[in-house]
Amino acid sequence: MEIPRQHLVDMYATMVKIRYFEEQLRQIYFEGKQPVFDIAAGTVPGEMHLAAGQEPVAVGVMPHLAPGDAITATHRPHHVAIAQGMDLKRMAAEIFGKDTGLGHGKGGHMHLFSAEPNFGCSGIIGEGLPVAVGAALAFKKLGKANVALSFFGEGAANQGAFHEALNLAAIWKVPVVFICEDNAYAISVPKQAVTAVADNSDRASAYGMPGVLVPENDPVAVYEVAGEAIARARAGDGPSLIEIKTDRLWGHFEGDMDAYRSDEFKTAMADRDAIAVFGAKLDADGVLTVGEREALDKEMHAEVDEAIGFARSSPDPKPEDALLHVFA
Amino acid sequence: MTTMTERKLTTQKAIAEAIRQEMGRDNTVFVMGEDIGVYGGIFGATEGLLDEFGPERVMDTPISETGFIGAAVGAAINGMRPIAELMFIDFFGVCMDQIYNNMAKVHYFSGGNIPVPMVLMTAAGGGYSDAGQHSQTLWGTFAHLPGMKVVVPSNPYDAKGLMVSAIRDDNPVLYIFHKGVLGLGWMTNNPRATGMVPEDPYTVPIGKAAIAREGSDVTVATVGLSVHRALDAADQLEADGISAEVIDLRSLVPLDREAILDSVRKTHRLLVVDEDYRSYGMTGEVITTAVEGAFDALEAPPARIAIPDVPIPYSRVLEQFVLPDAGKIAGAAKTLITA
Repeated sequence: MEIPRQHLVDMYATMVKIRYFEEQLRQIYFEGKQPVFDIAAGTVPGEMHLAAGQEPVAVGVMPHLAPGDAITATHRPHHVAIAQGMDLKRMAAEIFGKDTGLGHGKGGHMHLFSAEPNFGCSGIIGEGLPVAVGAALAFKKLGKANVALSFFGEGAANQGAFHEALNLAAIWKVPVVFICEDNAYAISVPKQAVTAVADNSDRASAYGMPGVLVPENDPVAVYEVAGEAIARARAGDGPSLIEIKTDRLWGHFEGDMDAYRSDEFKTAMADRDAIAVFGAKLDADGVLTVGEREALDKEMHAEVDEAIGFARSSPDPKPEDALLHVFA
Repeated sequence: MTTMTERKLTTQKAIAEAIRQEMGRDNTVFVMGEDIGVYGGIFGATEGLLDEFGPERVMDTPISETGFIGAAVGAAINGMRPIAELMFIDFFGVCMDQIYNNMAKVHYFSGGNIPVPMVLMTAAGGGYSDAGQHSQTLWGTFAHLPGMKVVVPSNPYDAKGLMVSAIRDDNPVLYIFHKGVLGLGWMTNNPRATGMVPEDPYTVPIGKAAIAREGSDVTVATVGLSVHRALDAADQLEADGISAEVIDLRSLVPLDREAILDSVRKTHRLLVVDEDYRSYGMTGEVITTAVEGAFDALEAPPARIAIPDVPIPYSRVLEQFVLPDAGKIAGAAKTLITA
């Protein structure tokens, strides 16, 4: 597949943006949590699930999206939201719990919602799959050319919601693509210990839809497979399931000692870091010189710094605003 | 021109008519659930809709409540106004995440940016020996959880008007019909399950109670089939010279607290009747409302009749023992008067 240069550049730039955003968040998260870790303390309280390493899953899909396409993501949502083009300032502000956030500080990092881009996520494993099916059903009923994408972890493929959603999507033949981010661990539990099949993509056959495995954590490989599935959905040919073997470089949440993964495993992941590999490839292929990449990196960092600055300097919501927005 | 032709309809037919008229008015309204197509809904709430609107808008689903209720949420966020039927409210156990963690929270999490305009309709209540997994009312469980409106019509007129309101509401509305108020041919019904219903669409406001019967000596506040039990009790009490006011709450969320307080200030006595479990439920909420807002008006401690914190039993004698009935209500009202 011939990939337009701009798509390659956009994918790279977005990976850098995501990684830098999460590196900043990671630092900020520990502000006020040292020397004693208190999850409720600091600039950004609560749980923090970062997706460093999983960027290819999100950016490989991104160039195929059209305005209005719906995405549901997981408790680890930042990479997907950023790839879809989420307003970074309002997203950062939500994570900081500020009034300028996407949900005025009501949702936090696991509950980011936006109408445009059409994005939602959830802290409950598997919750988003049926929602994506419903979004796709709405597109079909309204005669829209949009598709819905549901991102979920390999752990979610053992939830009933996964199986119910795939069955419904197939019988209704709606434009949805299920994207399994297989980072090999459901918190501490390895996939092979709790999953009846080696590859969740094989489960597609139970629902009469194509299932494709992307065995490497590579944005170009994701791009190619996702492009086909999204085109198929947009053409009215029904749902697909994609499983991508990806890497969660850091712990399940910040503060996780990550003792359940061996040093060998973690070193191997770091050595094959998708951003470094992809950057080197773009250089070797003459797509982006080192100098061009550095300029791009700078641009992305500046955008993130501005968003973080916006979040920091934004006001808290008024305490009594907790009472707003229960009902429309 | 609006015509206000009225005909007698059962509650079940009134619900189906409301859905039919709203589907005719608004192309984004559609229905899905188990056996809601050819069958017309196990309790008839979707009777005739398949013939009129076809399978694209009247969708029989697999037995997959998490799937289709979650899909209703996704469709509601994306421009549709779905009505999903959960066949029995007791079945919520297999799909509650989509209801209380998703349907009820998206609007709040989004800071008011993403409305979820959908109706989840479901059948509740016992009295016909269907045992403990098909006879509960459970409305207190849902009313406890913020983010969804909860309505419980007791008669044909309210059933139609509340359904129209629920469909047009921009919030998720849990629409609970008690099987005993529907007027089904295959179940004992109260005589008021059939009543006059205007043919044209109209709304009954969500969050407004109705005075089902005016009285001056004691307030009986309740909902669903127990409204009829209370009305029957009021007839008995009248023979004994006691004037009971029956409040049909109609909505549990929002709860019309003013209507409760107004009535208690008039009668000075409160009896709350509920076919739901006693503890941590509607009876406690209504009594607390009265105590907080009209303590000085009360001339006796408020009383309640509810399921005595046991699962609904099967055997007729056992079930009837735990359900509210007119005799129990009249007896409790008399005790309140003489207190």
